[in-house]
Amino acid sequence: MAEVATLKTPAETALADLFARSKSLLPGDARSREDAFHRFAEKGLPHRRVEEWKYTDLRALMREIAPLAEKPSEAGVARALSVESVFAAAEPATIAFVDGHLATADAMPAGVTAVPLAVALAQGHPLLSKLGAVSDAEGNAAYALNAAFMTDGVVLHVTGAVDRRVALRFVTAGAQPVATATRVLVVVEPGAAISLLETHESPHGVAHQPNSVVEFVVGDRAKVAHVRLNANGDKALALSTLTAHLGGEVAFGSRNVVAGSAVSRHQVWMTFAGADSRGAVRGATMLSGDQHADTTLVVNHKATGCESRELFKHAIDGRGTGVFQGRINVARGAQKTDGQMMSAAVLLSEEGTMNNKPELEIFADDVQCAHGATCGELDDDLLFYLMARGLPRPEAEALLIESFLGEAVEEGLDDEVVGEALMGVVEAWLAARG
Amino acid sequence: MLEIKNLVAEIEGKRILDGLSLTVHDGETAAIMGPNGSGKSTLSYIIAGKEDYEILDGEILLDGENILEMEASERAAAGVFLAFQYPLEIPGVATMTFLKAALNAQRRAREETELTTPEFMKAVQDAAAKLEIPRDMLKRALNVGFSGGEKKRMEILQMALLQPRMCILDETDSGLDIDALRIVSEGVNALKSDKRSFLVITHYQRLLNYIVPDTVHVMANGKIMRSGGKELAEELEANGYADYKAQEAA
Repeated sequence: MAEVATLKTPAETALADLFARSKSLLPGDARSREDAFHRFAEKGLPHRRVEEWKYTDLRALMREIAPLAEKPSEAGVARALSVESVFAAAEPATIAFVDGHLATADAMPAGVTAVPLAVALAQGHPLLSKLGAVSDAEGNAAYALNAAFMTDGVVLHVTGAVDRRVALRFVTAGAQPVATATRVLVVVEPGAAISLLETHESPHGVAHQPNSVVEFVVGDRAKVAHVRLNANGDKALALSTLTAHLGGEVAFGSRNVVAGSAVSRHQVWMTFAGADSRGAVRGATMLSGDQHADTTLVVNHKATGCESRELFKHAIDGRGTGVFQGRINVARGAQKTDGQMMSAAVLLSEEGTMNNKPELEIFADDVQCAHGATCGELDDDLLFYLMARGLPRPEAEALLIESFLGEAVEEGLDDEVVGEALMGVVEAWLAARG
Repeated sequence: MLEIKNLVAEIEGKRILDGLSLTVHDGETAAIMGPNGSGKSTLSYIIAGKEDYEILDGEILLDGENILEMEASERAAAGVFLAFQYPLEIPGVATMTFLKAALNAQRRAREETELTTPEFMKAVQDAAAKLEIPRDMLKRALNVGFSGGEKKRMEILQMALLQPRMCILDETDSGLDIDALRIVSEGVNALKSDKRSFLVITHYQRLLNYIVPDTVHVMANGKIMRSGGKELAEELEANGYADYKAQEAA
């Protein structure tokens, strides 16, 4: 096949072999999978000379390709889900996936229906036409690989104001590394509202390779609150993509808390397609050891009067590396755009690294846009103040780190239970830090 | 009892304290007065355990134990309290959370039982009422958006709650209007006891009308130049620091 000729590295060859072996077994239209794999194969695994992957050299980081995970046994599902979810206190209606396959599903609350993605793909579900609503993601390597390999996931159709939280729980289990490709499509009809929680878990010590994509298509006047937690094990290589296509007068919020993975890359494309919408994207990342976490964000203002707020915080210990690449594009005609993007990192060790690359590209003349990036150590004067009141250094540091991350973790969430659960994750990380 | 013996300290090669000796007995209120730049605030930071300074000589004894090797938190648990000239704002840390964490950390360090939430709430509310600190201030992030006077009252609230044995007040009068000065001073005076000592650092005699010292020390050139009773403060108010600056220059 033509695409094989352009591949270079053993990992890329392994991916091509894996695709050739898998494609006939995967649900739905093989043609679109082949197109997606072709888009990936044209350029191969991105490396440091590809600008948007400059700080996360996937070619170097992804030398081994794990086999695509098989559907787990019932016992395997029970084992994988025996640990209580971080969001248990929020009592969500949960759809759980184990090794990338639908495992269990609670009844959905009124206002939302769920169709397993494997079923939707096999049946050619009409809502699948909404996939790829944010077309910018199409050529992206992680997104294209997901499109080629997507095994299962869910199509959520939100038609009313859903009064109970919905949770999507992705657990990759087992002691041998596997790859998963899950895809979630959330179509929110005009005026509807949903609070969606998403967790990704895997055991420590296993180099699982989850690749997840969540796509939101949000109708006019709809409300979406989305919270995502990466609690993968310490050897995982986790790729994730979030796209959001927003209509008019929408209130959309998404936050991503990274507390796991050896390597993670979370990509966000948020497009304002309708006027007078608000979108807030936040992220908090905690790194230690040799962990590497990348957040790459593109906000496209294509309509008038929209407000975007992006806030990302990194706490970096050990030899951890944080990456924030954020870009706000304001199209010609997107007047009265108000965009603000901020990235702040605190380095807790001598060997930590933070790479910040904020960008603005503005083609309209009546807009307010700003970006900022900071990187520093904990403030010695604040530490002294707390210690002078009796807090031992580790406690004083923990209090300052907690307050630093808190702004991105729980502020503006409007959901105390979920906020507390997330702060519990922060506290556990701080406790493990010692 | 606090004893400072021949303390010599530098920051970035610049000598700030140059053989300073000072004793504050149990139950004593001592005032340190001196011109700008004489090292008064540095002295307070060094006693409290700030690490920016290089201690070249001397010792600081609290009841006979040298505290110079202790971290700031250990000194706090041993009973040292510094009321900051410029209390810091800590966004994202709720005042109540901070107060409880500080109080219980000290109690743990002293192997005392931690206060329960109701006990803690009562202790805070009693102390706050005396200092005319409204409840909503306690709900806000520590010192964030507080006026200068509110920040100083919060410092005294912390002092009342933590019950230290050695209280250092670093220019607590700066930025206070007359009413706030009275409230803060009454808060301090209410804490006076046979066991508790105060070291009051100030430029002006005004504060000493409210918090009346037993002893007054004049600091210049990194050391104590003269010591006396409270009348010394009045003399300084009348004559200024010119004599001491002259000695410094000489």
